[in-house]
Amino acid sequence: MQAVNASPSREPVTVPEIEVVNDFSIHVATVNGSGSQSSNLVLLRALFEMGIPVSGKNLFPSNIAGLPTWYTIRASKFGFTGRKKEVDFLVAMNPQTAHEDVQSLEPGRAVVYDEPLGLDALRNDLSFYPVPFDPITAAVCPQPKLRKLVRNMVYDGVLAALLDIEMEEIRKGIEKQFATKPKAAELNWNAARAGFDWASENLAKRDPYRLERMDGNKGKIIVEGNAAAALGAVFGGVSVITWYPITPSSSLAEAAQGYLNRFRIDESTGKATFAVVQAEDELASIGMAIGAGWAGARAMTTTAGPGVSLMSEFVGLAHFAEIPVVLIDVQRMGPSTGLPTRTSQGDFLSAATLSHGDTFHPMLIPATPEECFEFGAKAFDVAERLQTPVFVMLDLDLGMNYWTADKFDYPDWDIDRGKVLSEEDIERLQGDWGRYRDVDGDGIAYRTTPGNRHPQAAYFARGTGHDEDANYSEREGDWIRNMDRIQKKMAGARKWLPEPVIEDGPKARVALVAAGTSHEAVREARSQLRLEYGFETAYCRVRGWPFSHATEKFIAEHDHVYVVDQNRDGQLRTLLRRQFPAIHDHLRSVCYYGGMPLDARTITDAIVEREEL
Amino acid sequence: MSTATATRAKAPVSNRIGLGLEPYRGLKTTLCAGCGHNSISERIVECFFEMGIDPTQVIKLSGIGCSSKSPAYFLSMSHGFNSVHGRMPAVATGAMLANKQLLALGVSGDGDTASIGLGQFVHMMRRNVPIVYIIEDNGCYGLTKGQFSATANLGSTAKSGIANDLPPIDTCGLAVQLGATFVARSFSGDKKQLQSILKAALAHRGTAVLDVVSPCVTFNDHVGSTKSYKYVRENKVPLQSIGFVPHFEEIHLQEDFAPGTVHEVEMHDGSMLRLEKLEEDYDPTSRLTALDRIELATEQGQILTGVLYVSTDQPSFTEILNLDDVPLAQLGQDRLRPPKSALDTVMEELA
Repeated sequence: MQAVNASPSREPVTVPEIEVVNDFSIHVATVNGSGSQSSNLVLLRALFEMGIPVSGKNLFPSNIAGLPTWYTIRASKFGFTGRKKEVDFLVAMNPQTAHEDVQSLEPGRAVVYDEPLGLDALRNDLSFYPVPFDPITAAVCPQPKLRKLVRNMVYDGVLAALLDIEMEEIRKGIEKQFATKPKAAELNWNAARAGFDWASENLAKRDPYRLERMDGNKGKIIVEGNAAAALGAVFGGVSVITWYPITPSSSLAEAAQGYLNRFRIDESTGKATFAVVQAEDELASIGMAIGAGWAGARAMTTTAGPGVSLMSEFVGLAHFAEIPVVLIDVQRMGPSTGLPTRTSQGDFLSAATLSHGDTFHPMLIPATPEECFEFGAKAFDVAERLQTPVFVMLDLDLGMNYWTADKFDYPDWDIDRGKVLSEEDIERLQGDWGRYRDVDGDGIAYRTTPGNRHPQAAYFARGTGHDEDANYSEREGDWIRNMDRIQKKMAGARKWLPEPVIEDGPKARVALVAAGTSHEAVREARSQLRLEYGFETAYCRVRGWPFSHATEKFIAEHDHVYVVDQNRDGQLRTLLRRQFPAIHDHLRSVCYYGGMPLDARTITDAIVEREEL
Repeated sequence: MSTATATRAKAPVSNRIGLGLEPYRGLKTTLCAGCGHNSISERIVECFFEMGIDPTQVIKLSGIGCSSKSPAYFLSMSHGFNSVHGRMPAVATGAMLANKQLLALGVSGDGDTASIGLGQFVHMMRRNVPIVYIIEDNGCYGLTKGQFSATANLGSTAKSGIANDLPPIDTCGLAVQLGATFVARSFSGDKKQLQSILKAALAHRGTAVLDVVSPCVTFNDHVGSTKSYKYVRENKVPLQSIGFVPHFEEIHLQEDFAPGTVHEVEMHDGSMLRLEKLEEDYDPTSRLTALDRIELATEQGQILTGVLYVSTDQPSFTEILNLDDVPLAQLGQDRLRPPKSALDTVMEELA
């Protein structure tokens, strides 16, 4: 990109008449590994502490250091914290991407940039704020080696000056960020203050964006979905976690390990009431989890799409041998290695029927950190109740980004271990029991776990054909009976899964169905459709698969139902069509598969076009 | 089966925990008549019975293949798991995490162990997972009609006459190198040696790898095969004459051994493994000695049998993880779910 390619045809920027308060996006472009994550988190936390509904999304490369990375902070007084497609306030710290970043802005936006980049020559319809980051940093950081790491904290101070962020909150954010490193905290605070002082003295405000304290975060927390799901597992009573490192799920297992070390080591003996094992691969991590589930632990593994693919054969075994296990899939963009650091909902289809033969795996699909916590706990109950693998479907956006959430409610339900026979039970039955007998008519049989001391407790778990008493069988009748019983069990699975959340109104002819992180974008898109087009929509957010009767009824009641998918092929829609073939012609698709967190405008535009609004 | 009948006739009515032989038996085998695996199953029945192990506290696991069918043929009172090809080690590891009080017996084949499951086999040993892992090693894939496995020797021929052109993976060499703490090789046709080794393995806490050469009578018992009954009988070289005295029996000094001719190992449960040396310099507690001798055996076409390596002072995986005294599978809600105050603390930190 040549600097002479400015856009003279655009209207020059003028001093704005209308202020934009607490409703815009800040987009920070930096180089991966340059310490920008700390500066961005401090900024995010400062806005949060000022009571402004806020979200932070890290758009990062598959790289440790050197490649471009962006962090986008969305402030929204209306509480819309999905990604905003348009960038309002750009902080251009990365020479590699600065020109392209600036050229892609809408007119009237603002740019803070490193002065030597000379970005103001590119366009005349933006508010430019050149900042000499190097001299400012050098003045407060005598050691040249450390300058690279604190340089980014200078822009926090600059933004505080330009956007009215309270410096006191920046200070508190730095203290929290560097809680264990007081020297680093002091150095960073000096850098932020230097940025603030320099900007206050040298920059004249020329853009409309401003932040002010409000009361939007009372009782709220900031948390990543992965940490929330990990906490859920811990409070759900997980006892064995086996995993293999893979983006974007690694931080879930690591967070769980951290919480378990804090809360699940017996104070008197110093011994652990859990085991966390980093396996040699996903073949082993799922195998260990299944072995543990079979032997009576509350077992889980965490992974992403490529790991799910590797787990396929084992998950089929667990489905067929009827062994409880929880799989948390933090979805990323595939196929293949795909975009390992970008988000997607591309595993719905593969997870739902993973493995060969007729297979079926219930899914829980959280959309918020609160649901990550709740479903992360409940998934164990569902798995043990149904004696089967259960998937919890997060995605990278939910798992790795920071979200504001309500404080999590302590579980008010008892742990459900499902149908497990004790020594006394077997004695009472006089040994007359069979592992795969449908005693209760719900397709769910009774199991025993190894170590049960009753001489008639043992059974032989196997992936081969078996009869009701777990004996090897190739008989046609045994096979069909068993397959039909499992189907009956799965038909009843919805009873144990979370119901959809439905928002309907008498005027809404058109509806949306979505799952997971599409939620924030759908919420905002519905508001856009209402405010900009006077168009009312109904909304059903599914939270479990198989889908509930309420979802079927909802679809039947609306002529056009737009199913929002974060994948190319409409995987959520495919699952709906499969389960509800009679009403499949109501379903339409809105698919986004670019790897960014879904934004509202993409949905709004698609519906406006299709509905000819 | 004739040997089983013989065992039945000889065996005492009940063992030290009051059980007869029956609970240690399984279903009738469906493997070929004369299959080495059937002999191993018989040794398992005898040894578990004679050691007085509570079968309800045993788990028997396998992968896929002829060998992996065999857990159905012994220990009917034990929970069993016939898992997927080559990945029994992971299932066994998980089960032992869930309930560390169980005794895990893994039965696998050479296809399971040395090919599709090599990664799992290696990492199980590296962790020193407490398990007795038997490789029923016949050098071929019996259930898919006789293809070479990765333990087939260079130059060994298939039934069709084709010679194997790749070198073998020595599972015992791998085991010694990668952290298994009890490594032995035996022959399904050597009843006495296999019994002693198996009993010692049952007294061990950690990964015990038993590579038992077990001829496939249907696909690999011909002239030219190095895993045939005839070849093994002619080429096996025992390292020791092995005696095993279980902890619940008194140790009698039977005879005076010349100094340095017997190596005694006290097992975890107090049992005594007595290795009467047939090779003067062999020290089964030395990895270096073991690896050296295994290499030499390969060079000379010997099938080296006996206890190749034993170490009783390594922590097992469940010990490394410092697991609670109560098996994880048996913990109640009061121990599994932290109190509300714990959640409150985290919520304060995140606010």
